[in-house]
Amino acid sequence: MESEKKHLLTGNEAVARGAYEAGVRVCSAYPGTPSTEIFENLVQYKDALYAEWAPNEKVAVEVAYGASIGNVRSLAAMKHVGMNVAADPIFTSAYNGVGAGFVIVSADDPSMHSSQNEQDNRQYARSAKIPLVEPSDSQECKEFMKEAYEISERFEIPVLFRMTTRVCHSKGLVTFNARTERPVEPYARNISKFVCTPANARRNRPVLEEKLKALEVYANESPLNVMDVKSPDVGVITASIAYQYAKEAFPKDTSFLKLGFTWPLPMDLIRDFASRVKKLYVVEELDPFMEEQIKAAGIDCIGKDVIPRMFELNPEIVRRAVFGIEPETTAVDCDVVPRPPALCPGCPHRGFFYIMSKRKDFVIGGDIGCYTLGCAAPLSAMDTCVCMGGGLSVAMGLAKAFEASGQTGKKVFGVVGDSTFFHSGMTGAVEIIYNSGNVIPCVLDNSITGMTGHQDNPGTGYALSGEIAARVPIEDVLASYGYKNVIIVDPQDLKAMQKAVDDALSSEVPAAIIARRPCLLIKRIKHDIGKCVVDREKCRGCKMCLKVACPAVHVKDGKAEIDRTLCVGCTVCAQVCPFGAISREEPAAARKGE
Amino acid sequence: MKDTKSILLAGVGGQGIILMSKAFTAGLVAAGYDVKMSEVHGMAQRGGSVSTQVRYGEKVFSPIIGRGEADVLVAFEKMEAVRYAEFLKPSGSAVVNDAEIVPLPVASGAVAYPGGVLDAMQKAFRVRVVPASGLAEKLGSIRCMNIVLLGALVNALGLDKIDWKAALTETLPPKILKLNLDAFEAGFHYGG
Repeated sequence: MESEKKHLLTGNEAVARGAYEAGVRVCSAYPGTPSTEIFENLVQYKDALYAEWAPNEKVAVEVAYGASIGNVRSLAAMKHVGMNVAADPIFTSAYNGVGAGFVIVSADDPSMHSSQNEQDNRQYARSAKIPLVEPSDSQECKEFMKEAYEISERFEIPVLFRMTTRVCHSKGLVTFNARTERPVEPYARNISKFVCTPANARRNRPVLEEKLKALEVYANESPLNVMDVKSPDVGVITASIAYQYAKEAFPKDTSFLKLGFTWPLPMDLIRDFASRVKKLYVVEELDPFMEEQIKAAGIDCIGKDVIPRMFELNPEIVRRAVFGIEPETTAVDCDVVPRPPALCPGCPHRGFFYIMSKRKDFVIGGDIGCYTLGCAAPLSAMDTCVCMGGGLSVAMGLAKAFEASGQTGKKVFGVVGDSTFFHSGMTGAVEIIYNSGNVIPCVLDNSITGMTGHQDNPGTGYALSGEIAARVPIEDVLASYGYKNVIIVDPQDLKAMQKAVDDALSSEVPAAIIARRPCLLIKRIKHDIGKCVVDREKCRGCKMCLKVACPAVHVKDGKAEIDRTLCVGCTVCAQVCPFGAISREEPAAARKGE
Repeated sequence: MKDTKSILLAGVGGQGIILMSKAFTAGLVAAGYDVKMSEVHGMAQRGGSVSTQVRYGEKVFSPIIGRGEADVLVAFEKMEAVRYAEFLKPSGSAVVNDAEIVPLPVASGAVAYPGGVLDAMQKAFRVRVVPASGLAEKLGSIRCMNIVLLGALVNALGLDKIDWKAALTETLPPKILKLNLDAFEAGFHYGG
């Protein structure tokens, strides 16, 4: 059933295809750039497999692992920082071992295109003691996926499948194969294997060590590790996307050991390769993960002495690092203004952050999502942002610090989004109630997981499949914790938003705010779109309207002007104008220019 | 890797860069090239500066390039041409949409939009300035500006033997196909 037709796929699309062809039946993930499209693409195979958005990465791994215990092949996927959330079950699943094949995808983000750090998750394979597979292009994403399941079942161990942004989001040509359905062994309870009591863990521990030894032997023969010996002068050991860069940066006669199975490292194969070349380079992105182990094995090589240890590589960086070749460029004699990301025109978060930006005594714990952009000038309405769910609990720590040190007069707020609330914000909300925190939790509910490109979550009423799902009302959750005063407000109505903040601050009982308005980009909702216009006679050029940080509003010749191609008529700028100079056009007039 | 061509497409989130790249690569794949393309998603898309890279040839390894490696730079917004100019080979050329999108630091009055952008580009490189946004609006929708630029890019690369009508048909919804076929022609023939 092999087809010769080639499809131009991203690595994420190819991973989804690989999982499908491998006969995977249960898949669970939480969205996170650059991993998100894996699951968006699994949906097309929903007749053959089950795929879902879990509330967070830990839950996703637990669901997928449970399915593996239930003897069906399973998949979990997440961005690199998601693996920190999911680490707990991953480490112990290595001790227990698997039922059917179990693969965990980690999508790392070197250069932090859309992330808060650039941790190198290959280190997780080593510390969790699970084998590591790394594809370098889309075709490999598909093929290696299938091999990862073979490894998982052969050695009864979870496999870490590590990608990076450029593997996930680069397209390459891929050929398809048919899906192989796997026979499923009937489930039977196995307490000594799957119940991790200390006694069982102590027995599993040396078994795991034996598995790792066997895996290293296997790595030396793995079809994923390919030696291509040409010139005896220079050899390159490389893996993942760095292989593609090195292939372009080094001369054509360079010898390569291209690794796809990278932990446990195939040390015999590496030793063999090293003995065939005079000068050995290790080209890898981020940490000296392979280099340190190769050097520890007594093999001389050049790595991070020349190759940068932070930010992503490309062919030019490798060429410059290894050969000292500076690229030829031509300078353009013109200054460039930065173009940072900003809250979209009509974004519901704008009204919330505008109101919060007016008070100097507010301390605001922020979180991960579109609303992190509330930190950008001129709003600048955020004190911290650390991790998913941290918005409420980091704010709690600030409040306790102020109490403990007598820093009075501060009003502390914690901010999370709707998806973030279900991810790990709920525990912070419990913490604030349980430990009497002087913090007002604010859930910015735009009814979607926005920044990652619109995925559903437990608050939206829809599942990954697009089917209607149970909706968990955030207000009911908060009320059940003990927030007796849950204020639900439309953040686009600035007066109401101001009143909600004032009411929460003066509340005698624990208060929380839900700022609720759907993201304007949600396609299944009919939005009220219009256009705002400036009356240049009334405008006095006070620039108050610029304080709402809307990309559609700027000043031209001393007066406010609104870009009709960007404006959606949300009226937040009109509400802040002290002279009534901005108004929304009547629907008939607004039709033009849409 | 002498035969591999590298194209850098730069602009502002929401300008249809990814869709244009899709149509472009669909044509290249149908013509039998090995093709790689790199996109950026997530945070960067929210009104920020975005870029995609397309590379094609007999055998392509890296999906991305570094400084001084692009044969052609397509800028969907004129200041973005300057921002990404260091990726162009000194012998490379640029296709620039003569359009200005004000970034937030300019909108908020903190800094001014730079003057003389096109002149500065033209002093440094061979530049084809295309009023793509204007041409698109004349055709009926600013949104087909991306396909106007595709037409101009195809012309610049001399790839007119490829069946671009088929590539556009494969990539775009039928409802907007006619508009975009016109947009492609407008861009292809502009100034030529």
